[in-house]
Amino acid sequence: MEFISTLLNGLSSGGTYAMIALGYTMVYGIAKMLNFAHGDVIMVGGYIMYVMMLLLSQNVFLGIAVAVVFCVLLGILVERLAYRPLRGASPLAVLITAIGVSYLFQSLALIVFKSSPKMLSVLQISGALKLGKLSVDYSTIVTLAVAAAVMTALTLFVKKTKTGRAMVAVSEDRDAAKLMGINVNFIIMITFAIGSGLAALAGVFMLMKAPSLSNTFGAMPGIKAFTAAVIGGIGSIPGAMVGGILLGVIEAISFKIPLIAPYTDAIEFSILIIILLVKPTGLLGKRRREKV
Amino acid sequence: MALLEVKDLQVYYGVIQALKGISFEVNEGEIVTLIGANGAGKTTTMQSIMGLIHPKSGEVIYDGQSIVGMPTNKIVQLGMTQVPEGRRVFSELTVYENLLMGAYINKDRSKVKSDIEEVYTLFPRLGERKGQLAGMLSGGEQQMLAMGRALMSHPKLMMLDEPSMGLAPILVSQVFDMIKHLNETGTTILLVEQNAEKALSIADRAYVMEIGEITLSGTGKELAESDKVKEAYLGG
Repeated sequence: MEFISTLLNGLSSGGTYAMIALGYTMVYGIAKMLNFAHGDVIMVGGYIMYVMMLLLSQNVFLGIAVAVVFCVLLGILVERLAYRPLRGASPLAVLITAIGVSYLFQSLALIVFKSSPKMLSVLQISGALKLGKLSVDYSTIVTLAVAAAVMTALTLFVKKTKTGRAMVAVSEDRDAAKLMGINVNFIIMITFAIGSGLAALAGVFMLMKAPSLSNTFGAMPGIKAFTAAVIGGIGSIPGAMVGGILLGVIEAISFKIPLIAPYTDAIEFSILIIILLVKPTGLLGKRRREKV
Repeated sequence: MALLEVKDLQVYYGVIQALKGISFEVNEGEIVTLIGANGAGKTTTMQSIMGLIHPKSGEVIYDGQSIVGMPTNKIVQLGMTQVPEGRRVFSELTVYENLLMGAYINKDRSKVKSDIEEVYTLFPRLGERKGQLAGMLSGGEQQMLAMGRALMSHPKLMMLDEPSMGLAPILVSQVFDMIKHLNETGTTILLVEQNAEKALSIADRAYVMEIGEITLSGTGKELAESDKVKEAYLGG
């Protein structure tokens, strides 16, 4: 029973990682860049919720909605102002810019909200579902359900809609996609919008677990989710889901074993290294097709 | 009036000049071919016309309108398309989805459906394999798919880059028959080929490219009989 509830906890934090990892992997697949500012979008979303809660005091869902919309627009804006001008520049220039954007967000948050962490309980879902000896927090169940719904929706979007298929096409072969009449800039914009919205949503679930918000709130989850994306095979959407969930479960199990609990982070990154040694493209990553 | 007019096009890769000011034209209804050895600049020419590469100077006029500097997706909307070298089908999408991508600019869903059926009639092989991932197709089938996909946008001008590359001789003949057929049904063709003999046999007019320049031009027949072309490209 203990194991099942640990597993469910792992699945739920894994779902949160997966939501963040999807942003990394989609942007990497489609825009061919590592958006190292992605984790900080979570933090920005958190502060927006904080501000909204102060202004609106009660209405949690409106606060969440505003945060998600704000982050979607922020993602679009950052892509437009910081990354689009570098289209075609060396990957290193883009990487440095992304790191710069990350520091910009963190510093701005520090200036505006100061360094002391803000306590913010976004959604207070107390209580637990009890089935015999099994006890699962409702917050875990909600997180799991939302993560599952988001991943299903995204999968359907990519497979079944014109824009989704265009994303696959751009990710596989940008020039060939252009020759179809696809506006690649528009597709990249949509990608940033989706990724940033998911990051803001993931922030909600992180705050449900640990309601303390600082300017580096998104840094560690960002790196963890990036690790998850690489484990799953960066560029692959199912890969990010699998990688995120795997990482969450490993983390939850590791936390439960007193002997190794303090080394949980180290264990996670070691697993990344081992997986990359065995399968350099990640679990579901594809080797790019050779040109005939 | 020429449907496509290229004037003094110059393209650089860094400091290396890939196109040294080439000029040619394609009239409506023609099959025009650019032949030449590897590295002559044929693909560069096509990519510059489609806006995938930005020329340093020169003009590309399509249907009376300058299209230099226009984004590729806008150029496609004007009625031009390119079947790229190496086919470049989307291997992670099915045959059917690849055709849908070809119709990306067409918002009329029922028209797209009937267009896809037409492509299946033209290329029965694609109809048989519509649910398969394009990456699983053979080279010949991928070439058919690349051409079918290009047709989905109803191009006035179709540019084909090395459509016969890597195909078995029987398939090469099929591809050229199809190009001829497309031309007869109203599509203007600009064909880039290393297989000069085949290309010249179906072309109305032809240009010979050598290291970034056009060195010879004439009708397909004239060039096929020219000693210089025979010696350099047709194996004596």
